[in-house]
Amino acid sequence: MGSTSAENNGSKGVGRRDLIKRSAALGLISVPTMSFLSACASGGGDDSGSGDATKGTTSKSNPFGVKKGSTLDVVVFKGGYGDDYAKAWEANFKTKIGVSSTHTGTQEITGKLQPRFNAGNPPDIVDDSGAQQIKIDVLYKNGQLLDLSPVLDAPAIDDPTKKVRDLLIPGTLDPGVQEGKVVALNYIYTVWGLWYSGKLFKDKGWTPPKTWDEFIAICQKAKAAGIGGLAHQGKYPYYINVAIMDLIAKKGGIDAVKAIDNLDPKAFVGSAAAQAGVEAIYEVVEKDLLMPGTNGLTHTESQTRWNQYKAAFITCGSWLENEQLKLTPTDFDMKFLPMPLLPDSKMPFEAIRAGSGEPFIIPAKAKNLPGAKEFMRHMLSKEWSTLFAKEANSLTILKDGVDSSVTLRPGTQSTVDASKAAGDNTFRYLYPDWYSEMDTSIQNASNELMAKRIQPKEWLKRCQAAVDKQAKDPASKKNVHS
Amino acid sequence: MRKGQYRFVAGFLFVPVALYLIFVIWPYIQTFGYSLTDWKGESQTFKFVGLDNYRALLHDDVFKEAIWHNLLFLVFIPVITILLALFFAFMVNAGGRSKAGGVQGVAGSGFYKIVYFFPQVLSLAILAVLFNAVYRSDGGGLLNGFLIKLHLVDVNNPVEWLNEPNMVLWALMAVVVWHGVGFYLVLFSAAMQSIPRDIYEAALIDGANRSQSFFRITLPLLWETVQTAWVYLGIIAMDMFVLVSSMTSNMGAYGGGPDHGSDVMSTVMMRNFLYFGKSGYACAMGVVMLLLTLVLSVVTLRATRRERIEF
Repeated sequence: MGSTSAENNGSKGVGRRDLIKRSAALGLISVPTMSFLSACASGGGDDSGSGDATKGTTSKSNPFGVKKGSTLDVVVFKGGYGDDYAKAWEANFKTKIGVSSTHTGTQEITGKLQPRFNAGNPPDIVDDSGAQQIKIDVLYKNGQLLDLSPVLDAPAIDDPTKKVRDLLIPGTLDPGVQEGKVVALNYIYTVWGLWYSGKLFKDKGWTPPKTWDEFIAICQKAKAAGIGGLAHQGKYPYYINVAIMDLIAKKGGIDAVKAIDNLDPKAFVGSAAAQAGVEAIYEVVEKDLLMPGTNGLTHTESQTRWNQYKAAFITCGSWLENEQLKLTPTDFDMKFLPMPLLPDSKMPFEAIRAGSGEPFIIPAKAKNLPGAKEFMRHMLSKEWSTLFAKEANSLTILKDGVDSSVTLRPGTQSTVDASKAAGDNTFRYLYPDWYSEMDTSIQNASNELMAKRIQPKEWLKRCQAAVDKQAKDPASKKNVHS
Repeated sequence: MRKGQYRFVAGFLFVPVALYLIFVIWPYIQTFGYSLTDWKGESQTFKFVGLDNYRALLHDDVFKEAIWHNLLFLVFIPVITILLALFFAFMVNAGGRSKAGGVQGVAGSGFYKIVYFFPQVLSLAILAVLFNAVYRSDGGGLLNGFLIKLHLVDVNNPVEWLNEPNMVLWALMAVVVWHGVGFYLVLFSAAMQSIPRDIYEAALIDGANRSQSFFRITLPLLWETVQTAWVYLGIIAMDMFVLVSSMTSNMGAYGGGPDHGSDVMSTVMMRNFLYFGKSGYACAMGVVMLLLTLVLSVVTLRATRRERIEF
């Protein structure tokens, strides 16, 4: 070993080549597995929870006993809505309550927070959203989420004679319920359905369809005019499920929704509504009315194509307008449309999938629990709700929560009108929040259906199999959509 | 070895070995421990479930399919990349027309060497963005746009490259090969240049043509470099996480579509680990991955063992 120039001194000793070869072999073993396995390794748990350092005295205006001068650790998903609204809140919180915040705006919720949850050192309040959210059902099963009922039962900021929960749009707390407890506050009020360009429809002389036959007819006219009928964000089959599941819900009524959420053995196979819904969507595929190539496009790619008048309709939720803000032509006149009706539907045309999205959570082991609860109570005040509408162009779950001084964009305004027209005729699936794996299987089946690789019959079979598989998990008994 | 030398060597090795034990071996052991539990990934509460996770793995069709995809990559990525790289390296170094008995590359070989190396400087993330644009499923995609202009593809039925179960793996493979050939070309070039010229010249004088001098001289003398390349490409083939998760359609999270047609072990594992909250189960997958790679690396090194030639 004394000589550095030794390459291969006979058969003994380790030459440079051998060394390289062996370390490469070692690399083959370690590299692919290491990066993933090491993610499994956790730091030791620190279960100390919140100490007394953050607990002040409680009073009527300070129901949780927030301590002045304490700090709050806020983590916000910085996606379609940005994170300026949260910064505005935090500044307001500091001047009003005297609690300063450390702000983290990120898309990598899982990457940043999974190790912190494991180490028992989570932030105080989190907007757990986006493609890399930590799934709420997963967090809940790990006992990481605070039951939010103390916040919801506290006196509201705008009207201290009422509870916070009484000032919210009915049903908007439901998606945050796990096993009967509200553990996530889905803050943004969202409607889902079809979208079209008011300008395109006016130019072509089309009227927005109310029945499925009219919808197909417009798609055919669009095709004749050289553009696509329906666009969807194929790389993420979540979106086409908006259309399929809406059709099923409107055809079969709320019972069809509950059958799926409650894992009925006849949720798909043996359900006339499910069959009618999926066959209707397949009609679009079979008659070749999709925007060409849409099955393989990402959400931005297909939404942008739609903004360029390359398709008549697209499926999406009401974040669409803010997401496409920079890519939408000024005279585009974005409009929302409830899913057109199949014959003999149990719900009226105006019925829409509506509800809340963007879950905010308070970790059970947050260091400053009083501060986090107070922060959430403020989120449900008209002042903060208006701040949100201003910064993020969207509505919150607070009833009448936007100050009249704020003018809404055309798309958002059309969702307000649609919500009014729908009245109590709103519905919402809860299975995606409860059963990530089942949701994934259904999305996968839809992807195959849109690519014409499976037929509606097979789609129903696959979805039912996913439901049946989920029903075998004993934990699923505790979730009931009633 | 002289007296005290072992201690001297051990002293230098202590830090790397300690790092290796703490950051590689210890996580492996922990992973194995977690794989025997029903750990859900977001807290330190879990139950011991014995070998249940491994038993469930035996019936997990998605994971089994993913193993086959990795094996497919393991066979084709090294073979295609190495053959192309060897061919190009030979052409660049020794494939030119011989002038006055000399051995040289084809005209402009210096230029080619640099151009071939370009893809290697791109990170995988950039590569994914780039090829997403190439494979885009409508007329806006580079490939589709080109084929539509040539009237080979109908504008209303563009090819959904990454959304076809029969095509997606090959499409991904093409990206890896495109990315890797340049590097191995340089690697092989360096090795070829260390082969003494006089051997080639002797062969030329004996009347060897290009293919003979390649198969009789270049390849045998390059064997060790090829072996190293094989090991490195094997690492890439067993991984593939970045490209699959950022290019293919979503199976909940981390790509893998359509219909799990491009899922590899690492994407299935990450999906179970973080998205489905079945972290203990995912750790069992990790252990299986470790065993598979161990076996494969031993087999690879054994199978490619040849006698060494000194020059």
